[in-house]
Amino acid sequence: MHEMSLTEGILQMLEDQAKAQAFSRVLTIWLEIGELSTVDPDALTFCFEALRSGTLADGARVEIIRLPGQAFCMDCARTVRLAQRYDSCPDCGGDSLQVTGGDEMRVKELEVE
Amino acid sequence: MCTVCGCGSETHSHDHPHDHDHGHGHGHDHDHDHDHDHDHDHGRDLHFGTGPARAHVPGMTQSRLVSIEQDILAHNDALAAENREILRDKGILALNLVSSPGSGKTTLLCRTAGDLKGRFAVSVIEGDQQTSFDADRIRAIGVPALQVNTGKGCHLDAQMVRRAIDKLAPADDSVLFIENVGNLVCPAGFDLGEAAKVVILSVTEGEDKPLKYPDMFAAAKVLLLTKTDLLPHLSFDVERCLGYARKINPALAVMRLSATGGEGLEAWYDWIAERRRQVLAARAAALEAKLDAVRNALNRG
Repeated sequence: MHEMSLTEGILQMLEDQAKAQAFSRVLTIWLEIGELSTVDPDALTFCFEALRSGTLADGARVEIIRLPGQAFCMDCARTVRLAQRYDSCPDCGGDSLQVTGGDEMRVKELEVE
Repeated sequence: MCTVCGCGSETHSHDHPHDHDHGHGHGHDHDHDHDHDHDHDHGRDLHFGTGPARAHVPGMTQSRLVSIEQDILAHNDALAAENREILRDKGILALNLVSSPGSGKTTLLCRTAGDLKGRFAVSVIEGDQQTSFDADRIRAIGVPALQVNTGKGCHLDAQMVRRAIDKLAPADDSVLFIENVGNLVCPAGFDLGEAAKVVILSVTEGEDKPLKYPDMFAAAKVLLLTKTDLLPHLSFDVERCLGYARKINPALAVMRLSATGGEGLEAWYDWIAERRRQVLAARAAALEAKLDAVRNALNRG
């Protein structure tokens, strides 16, 4: 359950941003979670809802934006869609793939007051 | 922020604190209205369009959107980068050993540290949820070790390792092994500042683990396939397992070994020694550059 410590990291980030950008409450938080990242969106939402009470994000809504997995295929010399890390290139069937997108775990935006 | 017009001073992320002479924004709830005239300085412009609708609604307390665009792991990654710098300056090769529970990490580490301690200084950071059994095992062979208990935590993070490095004080130009919590999932995402993640997979486990836990095999630089002395008693298909591992990570270096039988250990030790040479060469070059700078300063009088 590393989602728990990731959530603590997010709440810490919110505290820091609250000071830097002068807000006192977070209403909504938009997270970008890539399909190939090491985090499960449902578990992250669950942890956030468990940890948010008593913080400036008490009652805040979590919106998760999924980013698609992408890889560069060395054989095709182009970027292809990759839904899972263990998938082969959808075009040539090869495995010479370098992941180029979809491993993001980012706080994108906040609605605050 | 002004709650009347919603004019947040920024909509982009930045770090410097700015002065605010009205003291809200400290995490307590405050429902007071701002319906006094406000002529406080908003910079050159007034922004009414930073609320969620990108428009101003007269008379309504308006929330606003702030763009953050920060990695969730940014804090850990920054600490890990500091660890990496500290280790580089001291010429320490740090390896982060990860595996499932029961793969034989500690047994391999005892054997490795015991065999290498005569060649160069070695120390160990042991991560477990509870007990100091593993650090005790390492110390019993005469190698400095520090136990880190993560409590309910499922992985080591950069801050834990930083505190462990401060306390353990590994020797300059040494090799530091960090044995992570036995877990093929969570430690994959947490950079500790190591030179490489070394994933250990024993042949008593499933050969499809690289596909089941792809994040770890993608994050690792080396795969140690261990307990190979047991292969005659098992139906483990080595080539199939390595095929899966290379499918996830084509650049993965693979070594097969047995900590009990001893076969394959030399290749593992050679790999460590070569990586250590690279770390030392880089440190020597950095120190020479520093020395040159001092000599130049001296010559200029």
